[in-house]
Amino acid sequence: MKFITKLNVSGKIAVDDNILVEGVLSSAGSHILDGFKPLFSAEAVTRLEKAGYAVSGKTNVGEFGLDLLGETSYYGAVTENGALRGAAAALVADGTVEAALCVDVNGYPRRAAAASEVAFLKPTYSTVSRYGVIAAASSGEQIGVTAKNVEKIAEVMSVIAGHDAKDGTSDKVESYTYSTTEEVSGKKVCLITELYDAVSSDVKVKIDSYIKKLEAKGVSVEKISLSLVLEAKTVWQILLSAETCNNVSRFDGVKYGHRAEKYRNIDELYVNSRTEGFGFLTKATILYGSDVLSKGRYENCYDKAMRVRRIIAEELNKIFEKFDAVLLPVASQVNYSEYDLKDAFSKVFEESVFTALPNLTGAPALVTSGVQLMAASFKESTLLSLAKSVEEDK
Amino acid sequence: MGYEVVIGLETHVELSTESKLFCSCGGHSSADEPNDCVCPACCGMPGMLPVVNKKAIELAVKAGLMLNCKINKYTTFDKKSYYYPDLPAAYQTTQWFHPICVEGAVEVETSQGTRTIGIKQIHVEEDAGKLVHTNDSSLVDYNRTSVPLIEIVTKPDFRSAEEVITYLKTLKSKLQFAGISECEEGAMRCDINISVRPEGTDELGVRTEIKNMSSLTSIEEAINKEAIRHIDALERFTEELVQETRRWDDVKKRTFSMRNKETAADYRYFPDPNIMPVVISDEWLEEIKADMPATTSEQAAKYVSLGIPEKEAAQIVTEPVLSQLLDSVIALGADAKTASSWIITDCVGILRRNGKVAKELDIAPETLFYIISKVSDNELTRKAGRNVLVAVISDGVDPKIYAKENNLFSQNDSAALEEVCKKIVEANPQAVEDYKNGKTKAIQALFGGVMRELRGTGDPAVINKILLEMLSK
Repeated sequence: MKFITKLNVSGKIAVDDNILVEGVLSSAGSHILDGFKPLFSAEAVTRLEKAGYAVSGKTNVGEFGLDLLGETSYYGAVTENGALRGAAAALVADGTVEAALCVDVNGYPRRAAAASEVAFLKPTYSTVSRYGVIAAASSGEQIGVTAKNVEKIAEVMSVIAGHDAKDGTSDKVESYTYSTTEEVSGKKVCLITELYDAVSSDVKVKIDSYIKKLEAKGVSVEKISLSLVLEAKTVWQILLSAETCNNVSRFDGVKYGHRAEKYRNIDELYVNSRTEGFGFLTKATILYGSDVLSKGRYENCYDKAMRVRRIIAEELNKIFEKFDAVLLPVASQVNYSEYDLKDAFSKVFEESVFTALPNLTGAPALVTSGVQLMAASFKESTLLSLAKSVEEDK
Repeated sequence: MGYEVVIGLETHVELSTESKLFCSCGGHSSADEPNDCVCPACCGMPGMLPVVNKKAIELAVKAGLMLNCKINKYTTFDKKSYYYPDLPAAYQTTQWFHPICVEGAVEVETSQGTRTIGIKQIHVEEDAGKLVHTNDSSLVDYNRTSVPLIEIVTKPDFRSAEEVITYLKTLKSKLQFAGISECEEGAMRCDINISVRPEGTDELGVRTEIKNMSSLTSIEEAINKEAIRHIDALERFTEELVQETRRWDDVKKRTFSMRNKETAADYRYFPDPNIMPVVISDEWLEEIKADMPATTSEQAAKYVSLGIPEKEAAQIVTEPVLSQLLDSVIALGADAKTASSWIITDCVGILRRNGKVAKELDIAPETLFYIISKVSDNELTRKAGRNVLVAVISDGVDPKIYAKENNLFSQNDSAALEEVCKKIVEANPQAVEDYKNGKTKAIQALFGGVMRELRGTGDPAVINKILLEMLSK
């Protein structure tokens, strides 16, 4: 199932089901939100509607957007020819919609864009309001845009980005302009060897070919080593799990969503509703998150993760002093087939080595032609322009 | 062997803000129907984000200033996780890592002299909702969720229930005075940490915590009963003391152990990623300081220096409504001593006669100033002025219209006054004769007659002069 709810046949924009649309079931791919219809729309959705874009429907996502490619959704995985496909990216690829809003919590929309050979931009943290996002990892998740080309991404981003007083972390800039036409000749890009070395040969082929195309446009590409990048997945897993554990604790069967039929007291109401309502990956994340926040563990896990996060951000900023963008793979392989979901926690953890850096540091990341480009915060136009110059070759 | 009681207090106070701590719901309408005063944010619905109420921060800073605290320039909000149906998001937002105020002290006057109570910290947090239990179900009311509170934590500096009670009274008057909290009945909730130790020793004994106390009487009883329980345990081995949380049974007049999981909970505190650290700049702090009222003793001294009797000054500063009214009336141009007398003798006196208290005084400074200035301009006699004030306070009338309709404005036309005086003198030959025979007091009967005739509107000085002239003929 690609659409969980279809809304407007003439609509051209899909909205992932962890983004609220007033009065429409918003499940975040979880059974725990069974029947939940929000009282308000996400700020990004409101801005789109005000600008005249109709929402075509709510698209299926993995539970709370935590997984690889939507495989943990209560409503089932979306596959094509045996390979996992994110619902929104698949709908963009087949032309059903022109663009989709997706929440990048842990890289899912980036992997999905690569798998469906479309583009996705995870913008700089704080540029798109998180008001109306069913929160998982509040400190690093952002709404981004999936589309076939970067022009469309720039168009939609310019509508949804900008200060929102309802989000206390929202950047104060009222609106942003996204350019796809910056001069790319002379720009410097680096490739992180630790990540390049960690992927399958068919992914390497995509990266090699992309480097050639960039070089043909006068962009220099240099290989660098950044061993700290390998720590990003551990740090992000600690922070993401802790924040998700806390954010989904409100889903308890008391107020809305799924409530267990059988319980004898309030503790059983909580335990039974949550046991039935959450899938395996969410449960594992909750357990891991509880652990890293618990007495005696906090200092060495959560607190330390926050410190390492800052060190990684500082290291990355040093790279952006020398380079306009970083090129890196977005996944270890081109396609994923369905797998035993009891392995999801470790599987997602291993894959997040390619995606954690932008979530962790807030920097923007663009997936295009199956590769990923990162730039310094607020430098989306650099990414869009680099991608645009290569798109034109097609 | 004598024992010393050692007590520390955590006091929760509701802040006088217009809206809740993280959303724009009105926060102080306990009279509303259940769940009247809620929005998706304070109901913990997904998708909502907290936006910090600036006023709450300012009031917490003011509380810190009132209690001589150090104000932390960098303060954060943190999440405290636990499950309970009155907590809709399953976490309470509080300040765990970087509270807003630390290291303060407050002096309290006790029968043993002045005692200094150390303040460990003050932090801002949100209140929880309320459970309503019916015969067959439990209902939740979220009106109170996210109402802003401060928790004021003292050091273990109290040595008696009396000190605790005096501290709480002092705290209440300070917080009310500075407009930080209305401290309504039952709105101050205390957790009492108590232990005992042999007199002369320094080591602290086993500590128990009595949770959620609000009435001063119960607090006093609970402290005394709990101290006796501790001493009995040490002296007579009645039981083994354990560090635990207890509650007060107001019927049986004893504390009892809660013995539930809550006491062993791990709240898994962590910084709320949705709330940026609040930085209190020097400029902002100065603005908040400038907005602080003078302390009661400073204010009283100021009033005395303006010629107000000490007793009246002391009475006015204990009630913010009165001091605000006095300041405003003085600012409008009234003489301080006169204004003070009007407020204490007349306004408060009239309220008392109406069965009300000073706090309930509701009169615009302009209205009181109007009456005072009409009296000082001799357009109203003091008595007529008071009559107007009675009508204003009791019935909310317009003073000018009321005075006019009831012919209360003074008649200063001496020809008209002379006529009335003549009429009264002629009607009272006995009084005139008495006066002429040396009983000078007899003039008072004549004066009273004239005033009655004029219903208090004549200028007393002018009437007196006319009467004297007539009688000396």
